Amino acid sequence: MGSLSALSIAQAHKKLKAKEISAQELTQACIDRIENVDEAINAVVYKNFDKALEEAKKIDSSGMFDHALSGIPYLTKDVFCEEGVPTTACSNMLRDKNYVPPFDSTTTKRLKAKGAISMGKVNTDEFTQGGSTETSCYGVTKNPWNTEKVAGGSSGGSAAAVAADECLFALGTDTGGSIRQPAAFCGVSGIRPTYGRTSRFGVMSMASSLDTIGPLCKTVEDTAIVLEAISGIDTLDGTTGNKDVPHYVAALTGDTKGLKIGLPKEYFSDGMNEEVRQSIMDSCDVLRSLGAEIVDVSMPHTEYATPAYYVICPSEVSSNMARYDGIRYGHTIEKPNDLIDYYHKTRTEGFGDEVKRRIMIGTYALSAGYYDAYYRQALKVRTLIQKDFEDVYKTVDALIAPVTPTAAFSIGAHEGDPVAMYLEDIFLDPQVMAGIPALSVPCGFTKENLPLGLQVMGPQWGESVVLRIADAYEKATDWGERKPNLYERHF
Amino acid sequence: MSSLSSDDVRHIAKLCRLTIKDEQVDTFATEMSSILGFINKLKEVDTTGVEPTPQATGITNRFREDEICNDRIDPKDLLDCSGLPIMGNLIQTPSAHG
Repeated sequence: MGSLSALSIAQAHKKLKAKEISAQELTQACIDRIENVDEAINAVVYKNFDKALEEAKKIDSSGMFDHALSGIPYLTKDVFCEEGVPTTACSNMLRDKNYVPPFDSTTTKRLKAKGAISMGKVNTDEFTQGGSTETSCYGVTKNPWNTEKVAGGSSGGSAAAVAADECLFALGTDTGGSIRQPAAFCGVSGIRPTYGRTSRFGVMSMASSLDTIGPLCKTVEDTAIVLEAISGIDTLDGTTGNKDVPHYVAALTGDTKGLKIGLPKEYFSDGMNEEVRQSIMDSCDVLRSLGAEIVDVSMPHTEYATPAYYVICPSEVSSNMARYDGIRYGHTIEKPNDLIDYYHKTRTEGFGDEVKRRIMIGTYALSAGYYDAYYRQALKVRTLIQKDFEDVYKTVDALIAPVTPTAAFSIGAHEGDPVAMYLEDIFLDPQVMAGIPALSVPCGFTKENLPLGLQVMGPQWGESVVLRIADAYEKATDWGERKPNLYERHF
Repeated sequence: MSSLSSDDVRHIAKLCRLTIKDEQVDTFATEMSSILGFINKLKEVDTTGVEPTPQATGITNRFREDEICNDRIDPKDLLDCSGLPIMGNLIQTPSAHG
């Protein structure tokens, strides 16, 4: 038998319930795995192992494994506040003073109530601003499939940790693709839910009108289990939707019968990567064999989503980052000349270059002279993108597309070229503008043995159909069962 | 405008309460200019008569009673997060007047 840490949530739950294994054994297996392989990938930035084992012991003593997440160990992106656990957003702004939040995020609180066991924090781009974890103050997370490649970002630590079997699942955030892109790069399943399906309370904000919370998991079934546990209205986040949370696992029928799935032509161009194109065409054949009808559709404003994103996101960043001024938390400096000098020095020392760029672009886009040309225009374009989706969902149940233009790129490939990095998001921003759910599921490997992802999108609040299609696809293929060979390579 | 000068960068940085080192100003000017060039693509779109969408799911203001909920977080614990000296219920900041 392989390590217990390689089990899916569903598999581990059966064994826990049958008392074949204990929560302590499962948690210890994950801890051992982290100690064995994390040096090679740099996913974990804070180890809360003693507390995790203590929680596991309590759950074992209670013997209560009724919920699928009871006794299941997980890791959390370093932007989720947990009471008493250092949380730094992987920024020097918070790292220096070891910010220790005195409260829990709604998501970690909901997981705790179900008996899930938090083992610590994983890497992210600084304040989730980036697509490769290269902007983290703890250094880049490496891809478990090839450690010269990025794991993606910003939830790169979450994706790498799941792919490397360091945990049974991880939490991430997706503002402009930050769950789906690393999930695709690392060969795991990850969902960005409808905006407002999950609560943002207690999660450090990047762009408040775009940020979403979601899980990264080994299987789509696990994704459904975790999403159901963390979804629902929250009085602490006024943007959560007052919608019933469906029983997502029950929606996994294993087929796509009766479903009409759209293939938007704007995600395919003459110059696109052939391996990516072929993986999606092959996926269409699989979905057809499972009963779906695949139809060509057009969404004319797709190409404007990324430019709109890189106006709206930095604008909201410039506002959200204003709270980091060295007063209530975070980095401080000695002997400032006055308060303004203090602000300048704490922020200049605390923030990295990408955060500074976004704050400045956002401030510029929101300034009186440019507000209409940039910010207001971007919000209008967002309306048109949303209308593209509304129109197409009148005729199809869901959409599929690639997640990324290529497989994982090399570490340092986009250094000094922020626009090249932003263009990695082109298939990931339309869904953000429209606030719809979208999931990445493994759909192939390149000749270099790097994973590729299939993106499945649904209408707002339509996570069930997204999960159903992705689960049926996953069960009909074996892409998700492959594991990176970390042991052979490094030991 | 789609290109920013070094002076523009210094001015924007000042508004953001950031200081960009002299040796980095040109790099920031080049990178930010390329970002502005990229987002200028939005000008191609005819948005006449289109309403802006500030929030995707259309939720409007949600009101509730303004209740004190100190049972959830002790204000003292929040004060303790500051790296600056605490005086009673206040954080002692550097002087605003130098």
